[in-house]
Amino acid sequence: MRKQLCEALLSRAANPHMLFLTGDLGFMALEPLKLAMGPRFINAGVAEQNMVSVAAGLAHQQFEVWVYSIAPFCYARPFEQIRNDVAFHNLPVKLVGNGGGYGYGVMGPTHHAIEDYGVLLTLPNMSVYIPAFDEDIDEVIFRAGAAHGPAYVRIGRGEPPQNYAVPRYAPWRQLTSGAGPVLITVGPLVGIYIAAIEKLHPDSRPNLWVVTELPLSGNPIPTQLLTQIQTASLLCIAEEHVQHGGFASALILHLAQLGVGIPKFRHLFAQAHHFDRYGSQPFLRRQSKLDCESMLAAITDD
Amino acid sequence: MNSQIKISRETVSAAKKRLLKMHFESGVGHIGGNLSALDAMLVVFHEYLGADNKYVLSKGHAAGALYTTLWSIGRLNDHDLTTFHKDGTLLAGHPPAKGISDISFATGSLGHGLSLAAGSALGFRLKGNNASVFCLTSDGEWQEGSTWEALIFACHHQLTNLTIMVDHNGLQGFGSTGEVASMSPLWDKLAGFNVDIKIIDGHDIEAIRSALNQQPDKVQIIILQTVKGHGITFMENKMEWHYLPMTETQFQKAIAEIDAP
Repeated sequence: MRKQLCEALLSRAANPHMLFLTGDLGFMALEPLKLAMGPRFINAGVAEQNMVSVAAGLAHQQFEVWVYSIAPFCYARPFEQIRNDVAFHNLPVKLVGNGGGYGYGVMGPTHHAIEDYGVLLTLPNMSVYIPAFDEDIDEVIFRAGAAHGPAYVRIGRGEPPQNYAVPRYAPWRQLTSGAGPVLITVGPLVGIYIAAIEKLHPDSRPNLWVVTELPLSGNPIPTQLLTQIQTASLLCIAEEHVQHGGFASALILHLAQLGVGIPKFRHLFAQAHHFDRYGSQPFLRRQSKLDCESMLAAITDD
Repeated sequence: MNSQIKISRETVSAAKKRLLKMHFESGVGHIGGNLSALDAMLVVFHEYLGADNKYVLSKGHAAGALYTTLWSIGRLNDHDLTTFHKDGTLLAGHPPAKGISDISFATGSLGHGLSLAAGSALGFRLKGNNASVFCLTSDGEWQEGSTWEALIFACHHQLTNLTIMVDHNGLQGFGSTGEVASMSPLWDKLAGFNVDIKIIDGHDIEAIRSALNQQPDKVQIIILQTVKGHGITFMENKMEWHYLPMTETQFQKAIAEIDAP
């Protein structure tokens, strides 16, 4: 998604009040942006805490400020700066974390970003975007840029099946229909499920949804999905995020507050913080039972 | 940047007494580090700040001195100060995020303010605005790595519209800076950067004014040699006045010392 990210940011770069700060990252991806923005492209060096607070100082003067790094360095290292200096003041600082989830899999646990949106959504005024496909980036960057306050964009890797016609961007999209369970996924993880689910018989095929914007207070659940949840025999949520504070807990709480009954429930989530062996993103998904085979087992196994 | 207004001794004394009164009536500690910071803060706000420039209080535990300074220049009133630390107040123990237009940033966690000030200074430059930014840090705050990140950034970008003032009172939360994590002398470490450093008596109004009048073509650092609890003999250089509230007797004694000829 980095190529699409660069193109989307380039399309906004004509705005003289847009600034881009990077924590010394972007090699082989962001050079065109650097060239186009000149002094408004700032390499803040390997100093993420300072970078985020500097961004707050700039945003306080009506600049639209984008801050870029590898995902965990973007939100975990400077968390207090995001909380105190950005979120408390509702400033338009847009955090862009590359390699969200297990995107940097074999690089080791320091590079995994599997508690990012859960942590950030504890903060006031924060919007989160988790684009699912490369084709989503243009619209996501537009929406994050237009958001009044702070935003976090988790950049991953779009993995749709070959020749898949990606549906037009929407914060909720239903990708398959059937008489089976409801399966909701967060962001690009959905890409590895589509082909297998499309092959299932309509009698057992899940209603597969992907959500790409949080929190739910800013992105209400579609009525059609609520109806499906109320009539389904099973609700399954799969997300490349730790269980605590993830999308599933937010959704279940939301349903409970709405008084919507919850059917039999399965949650597939990231578990690598407990692992002592590392590997690629597909490996870590398998170990976490987030891979396609484990998902199929979860929605069919009684 | 320098106005024609010159702050008087009477104005300084009135602010000092109002600061003590506010802390006494609210039963709040932290008075020592407020008294060390107050003189320089008053000079900046009365003589140098104006409407365009920006002030970032990185040592947020000197919020009392900031509120009193805003009272001194007429931006807060007596009633505002009576709400200090009370339920429903805007005047929290550390500067608030909202509600007081003269305060841009909520501070109180050390190590944030210099980065916020650097971003503000860079923002002014990018907008072609000649405005200046003043940032007051504590001395213990230089133990925060992020403060050094901010200094690296400010120097690299040659933010000559940024003035860093260090309230060098030598005492921190649980000991002296020399005992806890000595960098003594701090200015030798700072001098490794391409900065202009002045070391002055932080309670000498004319010395503060003289330092601020100079506009070097580098990031400017003014080390304010200060005394925690300055001007109140029983508080001076006593670590406990980082925390303790005053009794009625102590408050009256402090006021009497300021009023003494």
